[in-house]
Amino acid sequence: MAVVQEAEDQKQGGASRWLVVAVPYVWLLLFFVAPFLIIFKISLSDTAIALPPYTPVFDGFGAIGDFLSQLDFENYIFLTDDPLYVQAYLSSLRIATISTFLLLLVGYPIALAMARAPTSIRPTLVMMVILPFWTSFLIRVYAWIGILKPDGLLTLLLQTVGLMGPEEQVQIFRTDTAVFIGIVYSYLPFMVLPLYSALEKMDNTLLEAANDLGCPPLKAFWRITFPLSLPGVIAGAMICFIPITGEFVIPDLLGGADTLMIGKTLWTEFFGNRDWPLASAVAVILLVLLVVPIMIFQNQQKKVA
Amino acid sequence: MKSHRFDATILTLGFAFLYIPIIILIVYSFNASRLVTVWGGFSLNWYKTMWSNQGLMDAAWVTARVGVLSASVGTVLGTLAALALVRYGRFPGRMLFSGMIYAPLVMPEVITGLSMLLLFVALGVDRGFWTVVIAHTTFTMCYVAIVVQSRLLTFDRSLEEAALDLGCPPVKTFFTITLPLILPAVIAGWMLAFTLSLDDLVIASFTTGPGATTLPIKIYSQVRLGVTPEINAICTILIGLVTVGVILASISTKRTEVRRLRDEHLAARGPT
Repeated sequence: MAVVQEAEDQKQGGASRWLVVAVPYVWLLLFFVAPFLIIFKISLSDTAIALPPYTPVFDGFGAIGDFLSQLDFENYIFLTDDPLYVQAYLSSLRIATISTFLLLLVGYPIALAMARAPTSIRPTLVMMVILPFWTSFLIRVYAWIGILKPDGLLTLLLQTVGLMGPEEQVQIFRTDTAVFIGIVYSYLPFMVLPLYSALEKMDNTLLEAANDLGCPPLKAFWRITFPLSLPGVIAGAMICFIPITGEFVIPDLLGGADTLMIGKTLWTEFFGNRDWPLASAVAVILLVLLVVPIMIFQNQQKKVA
Repeated sequence: MKSHRFDATILTLGFAFLYIPIIILIVYSFNASRLVTVWGGFSLNWYKTMWSNQGLMDAAWVTARVGVLSASVGTVLGTLAALALVRYGRFPGRMLFSGMIYAPLVMPEVITGLSMLLLFVALGVDRGFWTVVIAHTTFTMCYVAIVVQSRLLTFDRSLEEAALDLGCPPVKTFFTITLPLILPAVIAGWMLAFTLSLDDLVIASFTTGPGATTLPIKIYSQVRLGVTPEINAICTILIGLVTVGVILASISTKRTEVRRLRDEHLAARGPT
């Protein structure tokens, strides 16, 4: 039936059919794929004091010989030689891994509670998780500055309830802890929603059977609920892990000078030092690091669709 | 029953964590005092300061225009992309196509922003308003495609097939049958695209040029200088606008849904 339908689709409306695919296709090729080829090319060129601040790598086909001779891996060698960059990559991956784990820890109970809630209030709960996501990322990170600052609201709260002396102050702002709080806060909806959609679909009779056969609830959770929610866990973990690795706003506004994250490094190289080729090389290596997680994410999405 | 109380506690704590920072931010935009920790009484002073801040108002105007333009183009492109993904089965390069739809959703913004900028420089385009619009269109269309795709997947095709069987041309079928049925998803996609454009700091910072400072860029440069209630005031207005938008959209979606169900019911009864 589906095959017949597809064949019919093929016949109908040749030109309009062709356009439906071609228009978004060409747009994405031009504005999403081509930029990656260019970034790769520029990462291999030399810095020049000019605008644009790099030596042109390609002018016409006659220059292919020159083009190849000008390319070098100087920027990459520089990146791998300088321990600061290597540390920034490692630290980004570390922060992203820890935050993803924290997000799972915080998000899973919320998603589970949502999935176990009465069917009538579930849409409202989903809406309530989504709503903060519609609020600007920047605004939500900014909101935490006022809370975590040494003379901010958290200090005030702790002083008022007496957990802290009047002279003491909370020392969280501009540390890695503040970055973790900011990340968990900003990415929580991205973790909860895939988990919820996996948990909601689950067949409850399995848990009832386990219960009837005398399986304790905690064991039933580990043997039944958790394994069945794994697609949601993987989807949520990837949706969070990949962008967190390249995160800029949160480490910049909440982190300290010693919070190394590669998104911040790239930003500084580009806007601060105006070293476009080096910034491109930083981006290319980041992309290479993220290829595997992105592939996992893509596969997961295709299975869902 | 014990587990019910446990779930309720978890949900309360979870939502408190999500909402308290935003509520605090809104409350302090009405604070007469400049200090975050001192409540100096209710005041609309910061809204007045904000209103008379010409740079801020210009940035808001730029952001609104970028948002409307990029969300509109992004919605058209995203809807086409969703149709291509769901309806057109196999076509050459489908793997690459779906890859190009999913990848921007998770791609770190610094990479997207930098690569876009380098494309514009390579093409010799002056950076400014239009380059931001193009950049935003490119990443928002992917979100629209995902939203519309999920609607198309759960879509009853019999009406469409009936129209085609009765000789309605495909393009006309799309506009008279398919589009009205997927409209709630298309509207939701537009809203999502608009808010994403409104929020974006990183990609806009890379692709913008002189004279096209967007609101997030402006807010970011002020936040770096420190917390002021004036920023709280702008943020509160933005939150208010988005909340009203989301509520209006969900009401209109519900209304179209009710109408659709009624129509289907009438159609099922048939002419008697």
